[in-house]
Amino acid sequence: MTVTKGEGARSGTHSHVPDAGTPTAEAIEKARRDMLHQGRIEKRTRIGADVVCEALLRQGVDVIFGYPGGVILPLYDVFGDYPELRHVLVRHEQGAAHAADGYARSTGRVGVCLGTSGPGATNLVTGIATAQLDSIPMVAITGNVPGALIGKDAFQEIDITGITLPMTKHNYLVRSADDIAAVFAEAFHIARSGRPGPVHIDLTKDALQGETRAEHPDQEEVLARLPGFRPTLDGHPRQLKTVAHEIAKAKRPVILAGHGILIAEAWDELRELAEKARIPVAWSLLGIGAMDEDHPLAYGYMGMHGWKHVNRAIQSADLIIALGMRFDDRVTGNVKTYAPHARIVHVDIDPAEIGKNVAVDVPVVGDVRRVLAALLPLVAPVDHEARASYMEQLAEWRRDSEASSWHGSGTWRNGLLSADYVVERIGALNDHDATMVADVGQNQMWTARYAGYRRPHSHLSSGGLGTMGYSMPAAMGAALGRPDKKTWAIVGDGGFQMTIQELATLVQDDIPVKIALLDNHKLGMIRQWQELVYANNYHSSDMVGPDYLKLAEAYGIPAWKATRPEEVDDAILAANAADGPALVWFEIASEQNVFPMMPAGKGLSDLLEEPGLEVDE
Amino acid sequence: MSGDTIAARPARALPGSGEHRRHVLVAVVQNRTGVLNRVASLMRARNFNIESLSVSHTDSDDVSRMTITIHGDEFHVEQAIKQLYRLIDVLKVQDVTDEPSVQHELALVKVRATDRNRGEIVSIVEMYRGRVVDLAPDAAIVEVTGTEAEVDALIALLRGFGIKELVRTGAVVMARGSASIEEATKR
Ligand SMILES: Cc1ncc(C[n+]2csc(CCOP(=O)(O)OP(=O)(O)O)c2C)c(N)n1
Ligand SMILES: [Mg+2]
Repeated sequence: MTVTKGEGARSGTHSHVPDAGTPTAEAIEKARRDMLHQGRIEKRTRIGADVVCEALLRQGVDVIFGYPGGVILPLYDVFGDYPELRHVLVRHEQGAAHAADGYARSTGRVGVCLGTSGPGATNLVTGIATAQLDSIPMVAITGNVPGALIGKDAFQEIDITGITLPMTKHNYLVRSADDIAAVFAEAFHIARSGRPGPVHIDLTKDALQGETRAEHPDQEEVLARLPGFRPTLDGHPRQLKTVAHEIAKAKRPVILAGHGILIAEAWDELRELAEKARIPVAWSLLGIGAMDEDHPLAYGYMGMHGWKHVNRAIQSADLIIALGMRFDDRVTGNVKTYAPHARIVHVDIDPAEIGKNVAVDVPVVGDVRRVLAALLPLVAPVDHEARASYMEQLAEWRRDSEASSWHGSGTWRNGLLSADYVVERIGALNDHDATMVADVGQNQMWTARYAGYRRPHSHLSSGGLGTMGYSMPAAMGAALGRPDKKTWAIVGDGGFQMTIQELATLVQDDIPVKIALLDNHKLGMIRQWQELVYANNYHSSDMVGPDYLKLAEAYGIPAWKATRPEEVDDAILAANAADGPALVWFEIASEQNVFPMMPAGKGLSDLLEEPGLEVDE
Repeated sequence: MSGDTIAARPARALPGSGEHRRHVLVAVVQNRTGVLNRVASLMRARNFNIESLSVSHTDSDDVSRMTITIHGDEFHVEQAIKQLYRLIDVLKVQDVTDEPSVQHELALVKVRATDRNRGEIVSIVEMYRGRVVDLAPDAAIVEVTGTEAEVDALIALLRGFGIKELVRTGAVVMARGSASIEEATKR
């Protein structure tokens, strides 16, 4: 799927339901008609499980990630009648949820995962929570025991809607086949509209098995059923004028680009604003890819492990224009010392984010793409001259900071392989066009800092929840969502061992994920904190792992090992050249830290730096 | 930092004034299963300090109404309202604390009563526009409606006789005048 700015995005719903009349929509309609009228379904009556499949097809879903079990079997019983719906059998339901998440992040479409009641449902929870904290459009489906058994502690019964209630955008318990069509239509609309998020649908077994003639509602009926869900899409005109005025006054403005830019597909408008008013752009972890890093105004990654020059620019800015980001504590550090000279303009589609973590001078509620499109004509162009000394200062800070934290040589101390080099080479050898899926820990920060991103949706990372084990299953979803791009999972030895079972899924479904295992034989980020924050008091951060070459061989996955810089490129290229999944085992320095680092409770001006590499200020 | 030319301004203000007081919110919600649970769960998870929460039907079958009293400064209240709006089932939320409004609650008090003091109890209760709704040889149930302060005052007086049992509904609120929160659509 190519990312286009379709009707859906324009209307602010980011719907990727194929527009009526497009070839995809017609194909889906035809498949549906064929099924409904030309035999396959006529042989039996239409039951709730059919409605689930019809609803998924109507929403343009082409792949779902799931795992069967007792109460969800009625659905698996009809899947064979809907061959257009690809079902990927994962090895653990957490993998299904992360895969749906990776599919969603890489495409902007709604990802779908599926599990049975009880343990199947609870296994999905970590993945649903991951999606919730990062505003990922997802529909998670679970089965539940028959309605009459609910509340009786039946076999594999758990109050899963009670569990997902605080970690979903909305959830449903459906007890009747007649309600399925309406609930699915609502769920997809809610998941993708406004600030996206996961919606969970729990279906009783009898709802799946019940006969029904219920029709699928159209969009108007869906809206009528949701009077309480009306996201504000357009910024208030008066606020936009104020923003333009703030920009005109500012001498040291900085744009902070967040995930909202990617969700709203506002990257062109972001670039236009930056160019028109000559404003440098910094980005959050989830905002990576919002701006081509090669653009002269792309300044860098901010926050706890962000670049020093970027944090410096924020600390000295007189105006911050925050676009679709939420001033997370990993971005601000201690709020009291955050950007002390700056007035703050904050654009977000969720009014609850504005004024939540920092007091804001100019709030704008709306879809960031529509807000920027309306703002652009009001912004006065700023010329070279006016920004010359500011740009010079920024360039100088950037030179300093890159010199202080870049291990360009490929080796860390004692000639050991350095992780940033590995990540940098993976980015470069894929022309910065692969989908890079980070895990959590040091590997995540190296992936964010060093791979180099030039394309929206080319960097996936569990930011809000920080879920170890995310990378490989999410990469599975991304590889299926964007088969036109290479997909690399960058993962630490700890995180890899959390969802390692999905290797078998990659093989069974021939999903061409390339895995870069950054093996430091440590829970590296934990070790780093124990070294720097807990005075070298190491505990439970040493990790024994298997022989990953043998492991890959056991799964039938081609694998390479690299322990020295000279071996890195060949291994990456070999993995890229392999058909299907491949693994590269990079044995990296065990004690390399991610610098700079902002210790907890400190501010953006208090960064710890690589010892011995400090630059004089 | 060396590059700074502007004098540091005072530490960035955190949202909110820190002036905590009681706020009364009225929420009009779609009457779907679990909506009370959603509101209560949100208030707990987001660390809002609820004093009371009452739910009831409205004149329309598919709409319910909640009165929520919370303790906090204007920032907490604004956040609570915004977070409530994130719930799909919430149609309208209003802070009526400073609006002219009727804020009443109902209390039932089972108080010890003897032949000798029953008359005294009745006259106190009447002063507070309450009434005795049940009598037993050694007890009486008193019903009173009024503002929180009025109900507090009567309860304080009844305490002298010995309270056996007490239940209060918590406040229900309605803004004065002809405007209707139920008629207003979600903002
Ligand atoms: C599920 C889960 N458990 C625990 C943590 C806490 N945690 C954060 S980073 C980290 C270490 C990660 O080690 P590894 O996967 O080897 O990556 P490295 O930091 O070494 O690159 C841990 C345990 C987490 N984020 N997620
Ligand atoms: Mg590790």
